[in-house]
Amino acid sequence: MSELLNVPTMAEFMAQGKQPEVLFWVGCAGSFDDRAKKITKAFVKLLNKAKVEFAVLGTEESCTGDPAKRAGNEFLFQMQAVTNIEVLNAYEIKKIVTACPHCFNTIKNEYPGLGGNYEVMHHTQFLKALLDEGRLTIEGGQFKGKRITFHDPCYLGRANNVYEAPRNLIRKLEAELVEMKNCKRTGLCCGAGGAQMFKEAEKGNKEVNIERTEQALEVKPEIIAAGCPFCNTMMTDGVKSKDKEGDVAIMDIAELIANAQDL
Amino acid sequence: MHYLPNIVFVIALIIGIGYFAKNVKKLVRNIKLGHDVDVSDNTSQRWKNMAMIALGQTKMMHRPISGFLHIVVYVGFVIINIEVLEIIIDGIFGTHRIFSAIGKPYGVLIGAFEILALLVFASVIIFWIRRNVIKLKRFWKSEMTTWPKSDANIILYFEMVLMTLFLVMNATDVHFQDMNSGNVISQFIAPWFGSLSESTLHVIERTAWWLHILGILAFLNYLYFSKHLHILLAFPNTYYGSLKPQGQFNNLEAVTKEVRLMMDPNVDPFAVPAEGSETNVPAKFGASDVQDLNWVQLLNAYTCTECGRCTSECPANQTGKKLSPRKIMMDTRDRLEEVGKNIDLNKGIFKDDGKQLLDNYITREELWACTSCNACVEACPVSINPLSIIMDMRRYLVMEQSAAPAELNNMMNNIENNGAPWPYNQMDRLNWKNE
Ligand code: SF4
Ligand code: SF4
Repeated sequence: MSELLNVPTMAEFMAQGKQPEVLFWVGCAGSFDDRAKKITKAFVKLLNKAKVEFAVLGTEESCTGDPAKRAGNEFLFQMQAVTNIEVLNAYEIKKIVTACPHCFNTIKNEYPGLGGNYEVMHHTQFLKALLDEGRLTIEGGQFKGKRITFHDPCYLGRANNVYEAPRNLIRKLEAELVEMKNCKRTGLCCGAGGAQMFKEAEKGNKEVNIERTEQALEVKPEIIAAGCPFCNTMMTDGVKSKDKEGDVAIMDIAELIANAQDL
Repeated sequence: MHYLPNIVFVIALIIGIGYFAKNVKKLVRNIKLGHDVDVSDNTSQRWKNMAMIALGQTKMMHRPISGFLHIVVYVGFVIINIEVLEIIIDGIFGTHRIFSAIGKPYGVLIGAFEILALLVFASVIIFWIRRNVIKLKRFWKSEMTTWPKSDANIILYFEMVLMTLFLVMNATDVHFQDMNSGNVISQFIAPWFGSLSESTLHVIERTAWWLHILGILAFLNYLYFSKHLHILLAFPNTYYGSLKPQGQFNNLEAVTKEVRLMMDPNVDPFAVPAEGSETNVPAKFGASDVQDLNWVQLLNAYTCTECGRCTSECPANQTGKKLSPRKIMMDTRDRLEEVGKNIDLNKGIFKDDGKQLLDNYITREELWACTSCNACVEACPVSINPLSIIMDMRRYLVMEQSAAPAELNNMMNNIENNGAPWPYNQMDRLNWKNE
């Protein structure tokens, strides 16, 4: 099936003297993490289906520097940022889409000050735009009538005020969208942000992802929808530790839409 | 002798306002210990934020019960203070209810004040019950030690007493009760004093009048030492609050300069910098003490009303970690006060006291527990940003002390060597395509 994926690189576009419509910034998780790679592929399938001329940087992509910056290493962050911006500007990139809210936030908000000015979209916003332009259709398929709750990624929601795009997409699946007691601007973190993903938590009486998973399970969903590879990991671990992995699936919005159409 | 009350009044006024002014000066000086930050952009949006958040209290209403009660107290407090103007004029010139000359509208005005006074009194009682009887969790967290708890209660008692004095003053004012206009509430209190002679009533009225104004002056001067400073500082603080998306953290300029130098092949690394060109480079990266923060962060610290909305939304705090964003703000203020006192004692120059904000107040364990989720920033009703202080202190730990937790050092080494936080080869970045 993977042969069906059409994933051109910027270098290939350049060689043909062409510019893609949008650059897909895959991100570290999307490139290397086994779970997140599935999200990447689901999103690519949708891009292919909608006939979007996109490109990836491939081996020319490097970490945005987000985890370094949130850990306090501004120096490493800026080194990464400046290197990435050089590549992006050399390719004259105007528009970027990414399935990672951390990459999204960093490139959109923190790169301009260092010379990187692009229109940056989260993949849920991009998919919503494709839908509005009639380039993509969404059908409920296997998700019709399913109870789905959406976990707001901090760096998409509070950090950038994107609450509706992912929810609109879920509604399009004709699914039943249920909200957790903490959602949107009061959404509870999954516990991964601020470089926590890469370290043990400080001493406490609970893990943050367990707290959040409990909130999700309270509304008895069949699916917990996520929009961030890190949230996805945290919630998957949470559901596993509650022995609920048989009952509740954690899926990215892109996967929901792609699977609904059996892509 | 006839002018004695006027003279005493003027002296009280001068002392009260003078001492307050002195403390305001100190406050401004302390805030200016922080380094500069450019907040000159987008003034119209800033005014709007101030109008909406401070004046309009929009964020308070996210918690409807306390939000509503707070609006009652706030509106009542502001409006009743119009009465203070009359008291001051009466006090200085020895007049009595000088504004009553305006006739009917005076009754309406005082009537409104009386109703508000009663509402404020009731709200304050409910506030007191929430804190001391129901014991709402956010008022009983570990950073709410004896003083912060007493501080909150003292303010509530202050307001109860002031409102009572105001109503008693009106109730025992025979002339005012005879006018029978505006005594909406006090007419029901007046009968309690019914058996007393007119001269005794006059003594009570005068006493209430004096205690009321002296109480207000005392309250004014109490502000500087209290979380109640927010009634003044909420306004500048919401004005200077960040206008950027919450996810946007500032890029350190000093670092940018160094990175550019390192990456630019045309720069001669041994060149002598031009005279005066490096003046703005801070002595260190990040913050270990209050002077390393910027003045908006210090203003934040003085503005914090210790309501704990931030802490109650904090995922780290909810799961039992030591981190509490409210404590970050309280610690910053306490340390800043300590530095200020040090400067006062040492003739205007800070003398190293062997202490700093890091470790002596805020521990590393707290700093590393933060997920940078912005829940605290979103929750704060007066636009305080505890996260920015946490980030600046992490920057100090990592860039000045190389004191990141070992796992984070691994992560950063990976980014440096492989361009990803995990030990994967950058050349394998597109492998997913064929898997
Ligand atoms: S940003 Fe940090 S301090 Fe603020 S609520 Fe989130 S975890 Fe707590
Ligand atoms: S920082 Fe804001 S939310 Fe937190 S205690 Fe202070 S005033 Fe309340």
